[in-house]
Amino acid sequence: MATQDRSTTSAASSAAAEDDVTEPAVAAPAAQDSAQTQGVDDLLDEIDGVLESNAEEFVRGFVQKGGQ
Amino acid sequence: MGTETEYGIIAPGLPSANPTLLSSQVVNAYAATLRQGLGNLAGTRWDYTDETPLTDARGFRMDRASAHPSQLTDEPAELDAEQIALERGGSAEVAVLMNLVLNNGARLYVDHAHPEYSSPEVTNPLDAVLWDRAGDHVAVAAMDRIASTPGFSPVILYKNNTDSKSVSYGSHENYLVPRSVPFSHLAEALIPFFVSRQVICGAGRVGRGPLNQEPGFQISQRADFFENEIGLETTVRRPIINTRDEPHAVAEKYRRLHVIIGDANLNEVSTYLKTGTTALVLALIEQSLAPVPVLEDPVGALRTISHDSSLRATVRLADGRSMTGLDLQDLYCEAVLRALPADADDQTRDVVERWQNLLTTLRRDPADASRQVDWIAKLKVLEAYRARDQLDWTDPRLALVDLQYADLRPDKGIYSRLARRGEAELLVDAAAVASAAVEPPQDTRAYFRGRCIARYPAEVVGASWDSLIFELAGERRLQRVQTREPLRGTAALTAELFDRAADAEDFLAMLLSGPERRVAP
Repeated sequence: MATQDRSTTSAASSAAAEDDVTEPAVAAPAAQDSAQTQGVDDLLDEIDGVLESNAEEFVRGFVQKGGQ
Repeated sequence: MGTETEYGIIAPGLPSANPTLLSSQVVNAYAATLRQGLGNLAGTRWDYTDETPLTDARGFRMDRASAHPSQLTDEPAELDAEQIALERGGSAEVAVLMNLVLNNGARLYVDHAHPEYSSPEVTNPLDAVLWDRAGDHVAVAAMDRIASTPGFSPVILYKNNTDSKSVSYGSHENYLVPRSVPFSHLAEALIPFFVSRQVICGAGRVGRGPLNQEPGFQISQRADFFENEIGLETTVRRPIINTRDEPHAVAEKYRRLHVIIGDANLNEVSTYLKTGTTALVLALIEQSLAPVPVLEDPVGALRTISHDSSLRATVRLADGRSMTGLDLQDLYCEAVLRALPADADDQTRDVVERWQNLLTTLRRDPADASRQVDWIAKLKVLEAYRARDQLDWTDPRLALVDLQYADLRPDKGIYSRLARRGEAELLVDAAAVASAAVEPPQDTRAYFRGRCIARYPAEVVGASWDSLIFELAGERRLQRVQTREPLRGTAALTAELFDRAADAEDFLAMLLSGPERRVAP
């Protein structure tokens, strides 16, 4: 039952969630764009805060042995 | 069905640490958290009796001498005890565990150079998501434990499939298939399905080519590491269809389809659709209703589709037609819809509906599916960085975003961050995942295994997918109980037995006086 509920709302809820981040109701396209840009900037700021500090060295250090 | 995850592993403070040693730390750290919470817990020996990794589903057996050493998965991993003692500063007092069978029926062990979690057997894709996420929960608990143990350098686990240098490690799926379905029917219908399935559940990768020779983004972590259509190997010359015929069940009735081509997914919808759509296509094959769009060059097509995030690249069929990955997925989705019985259960309908909707969304604009699909979520972050900081694909920060997307530390992992911001759709809640880390599914033999381990930790001295070995105090003989029917040993069939038994001796006595001795009810 629960899975059925999710299925019928999944497409709608993903759209709705993005709308929540932007402006409600009748935001003009330009306003929506800037709100989305704001959201992306905010996301990148958050990720900047947690990214390992020396990207080149860290990536180079991630060496694995073979697996399946 | 069930999933297996080999986690990527590093200890940044110990750049030259032996990966097998680090992996054993993960297993032992998790054992330590269990001992703390649940009293004494002995390591469970893995019972290798029924493992046959060199038996080929096409009907022959590979010679042991000609197998790559990594194919000999029925031999326990070895770790030099002296080496461990050295790394631990000279004290090797505590026995080192390389294998644990968990109370939820899963196996946590050292698979060569990676810690691996093999989920308990489940009957549906939503449970596959739940017990797959339970593995991540176990991994996080182990990392936390190591980080808080004096004298140990923190270990980081990644749910990914490549170091983007030259190495790939797997995230496998297993499906129970009736033995009566000819293997050739499975292979011919599954190859085009697996070649195109990445568009709905790839994990995304920065870099192209097995040696990362070419800059750029691609849909799949694994695509560039496959060289064959069909074969027995899993670590070298990897095939799209793996023929390992090791059913871990009644061999006359079942085969276990061992799928090695999938990416490890963080996104729960990706795992749900990866396992759900595959199970539906297998059902089509069983009914001889599956489409067979024979590809001219399946290995090449796998790469072509993976290397094009616009989803417009076409691949050639043997009959001369050209199709995109989405076209191929449409064929399968439509065939599933046509064959869907009127009394299909809710979850089956949900999988089909989501699959159909996702394919429509991907055709319109892939970016709209970033909450459901790992590769799209990752690409969105990468493109945002590229736009803001004018980075080209060779910039190490983009490679770091790729890697850190799969970092399982909740504060550091980019997927975790996205999920917390509501930018990834969740199907199971955190409390359910925590509970699935210690409770087995109710409706498979994993219930029997998990309950035996939880209830009789001192007496269960060995376990495998299809057996449990008991050693009773005062008895010299070991008792081996077989669990070769994956859909028996369920709560419905055995919960009462666990309730009634006073102790392990009593439990075994009741079990062995049943209609089939030495076989779980």
